[in-house]
Amino acid sequence: MLSIDRRTPQGAWELRALGQGELLVCIIVPQPVIAASLLTKKYKEFAAVDGISFEVEPGESFGLLGPNGAGKSTTMRMVGAVSTRTSGSLSILGLDPNDHGPEIRAQLGVVPQQDNLDMDLRVRDNLIVYGRYFGMSLSSCAAKAEELLEFAQLADRKKSKVGDLSGGMKRRLTIARSLMNDPKVLLLDEPTTGLDPQARHILWDRLFRLKEQGTTLLLTTHYMDEAEQLCDRLVVVDKGAIMAEGAPADLIRSYSTREVVELRFGSELNASVAEQLVGIGDRVEVLPDRILIYTDDGDGDLGWIVAKGLTPITSLVRRSSLEDVFLRLTGRSLIE
Amino acid sequence: MTATETFAPTRPTRPTPRTGGIRALYAGNSRAVIGRGLLATRSSNWLIVVSGFFEPVFYLLSLGIGLGALVGSVSTTTGQPVSYAAFIAPALLAVSAMNGAIYDSTWNVFFKMQYSKLYEGMLATSLGPLDVALGEIFLALLRGAVYATGFLIVMQVLGLNLSWTAVLAIPAVLLIAFGFASLGMAITSYMKSFQQVDWVNFVLLPMFLFSATFYPLSVYPQGIQFVIQALPLWHGVELVRGLTTGALSIAMLGHVLYFVVMIVGGLIFTTRRLRALFLD
Repeated sequence: MLSIDRRTPQGAWELRALGQGELLVCIIVPQPVIAASLLTKKYKEFAAVDGISFEVEPGESFGLLGPNGAGKSTTMRMVGAVSTRTSGSLSILGLDPNDHGPEIRAQLGVVPQQDNLDMDLRVRDNLIVYGRYFGMSLSSCAAKAEELLEFAQLADRKKSKVGDLSGGMKRRLTIARSLMNDPKVLLLDEPTTGLDPQARHILWDRLFRLKEQGTTLLLTTHYMDEAEQLCDRLVVVDKGAIMAEGAPADLIRSYSTREVVELRFGSELNASVAEQLVGIGDRVEVLPDRILIYTDDGDGDLGWIVAKGLTPITSLVRRSSLEDVFLRLTGRSLIE
Repeated sequence: MTATETFAPTRPTRPTPRTGGIRALYAGNSRAVIGRGLLATRSSNWLIVVSGFFEPVFYLLSLGIGLGALVGSVSTTTGQPVSYAAFIAPALLAVSAMNGAIYDSTWNVFFKMQYSKLYEGMLATSLGPLDVALGEIFLALLRGAVYATGFLIVMQVLGLNLSWTAVLAIPAVLLIAFGFASLGMAITSYMKSFQQVDWVNFVLLPMFLFSATFYPLSVYPQGIQFVIQALPLWHGVELVRGLTTGALSIAMLGHVLYFVVMIVGGLIFTTRRLRALFLD
């Protein structure tokens, strides 16, 4: 009697010999953790989210990248089952949030854009009380809280008042809190906005560990470096609609060149100098404060420019980033 | 290989959203909200908490004992003459229930709603808006019950409880507090600024002074009597006064009914508003 059973994050299959030459093959296609189709949210006539579609697979780290006001937070609220959609379909863990809000929320971890920690409670009590909201027993809350305080590197601050924590610590506590109920999906809305670079790196490290443990992450950000660090796949969102979808490296490859030359001639001169640069590289983009030249050979082009007698105040050759993808897709910068 | 099966994922594709039933509003877990509230009182300002108890006691001593010496006795609604202190003490008890419940359900709730984002955090979990509303109202009631019991003990010491039915003033006070707390929370949910919360005091102060608190309703002309009788505090004052003086009447059932309606109406409103605000 033969029986083979394989399970991977990408799906599962099973082979079973039934005897007399019969073989049963079962292929289990994994159900996406989040499936949105033509998802729309309107406030009166204004469409904050205008027909977006995406799917997030189990264990995947998926990002919504876009400027402020693109509809990222509204999308997150709908996925978090705290906001009802105007139209379209949405399935979270196979359930429709319109009918199963509490069941869905019980399996999600939510890190909101603004910390909403309980300022009247101490660090450890914040975790325990939050676990109680999910109906967990006091003893399992206490055990889980100890574990997560370690994870969030806050074990030595467990008796502290929340108000005394630094911004980065508060953010880590919020993430620890969101993990109290062992969520299947973690929703992170602008997780590192407002943090200093060191605090951001500590936070990224923690999120990376979660990713390694197989937690599905859905995060919004307007930082391209954050998206490149954390996302397996992302959608670029602008004005409530999806502009592009793919892995960060693929998006850069398809929408931008390998390198970018950044030149500053001073805000007065940028536009007039740009006219003399036509023909260099693939594309020349003039921004108010600088000129961007998209090219596959940045150093070569820069040498050519200098040889031509043009003297920029500053010049820089760098790799293309998601920022450039966004600029290409929308004609605007990500952070304005 | 003779059999091949593929299990495709099924996805709900209902075009028109509809809202869930009671399960979406209530997870049966108000005790988590209450537990949080009790833990949070540790960090509360105890001076403010204690002052809520002493306020009516001071009124009772100054007006009831001091002014009462000049007033003599007053008739209750049922015509029974009682000392002035025994007349105003139950009214002050009803007022302290009202103040405690209103303070908790307006100032405290407003702060948690608008500034500390406490409810936003709670409603991102499996808690429903009704769990939050019931839990918060229970906490306001608990505070009201502590004040009321303390005040009733003061009344007992001063000999102002004229009948054994005064014991029933405790559940009566809880009923009154429940009514004010659920209505207060519903009204607070519409408020956008601290100035608007201040308007509550603008309504409460005249209600406190004129709801047959310090003198019988009969001093007013008929028209004004109707206005006073439409307001909740008058019903509370009459109910508690009947119990502590022992002047029972069938009209007291009407007062109870008034508060039951207030509670149910307030709860429905609060739950709807919390849903609209946090689960839009």
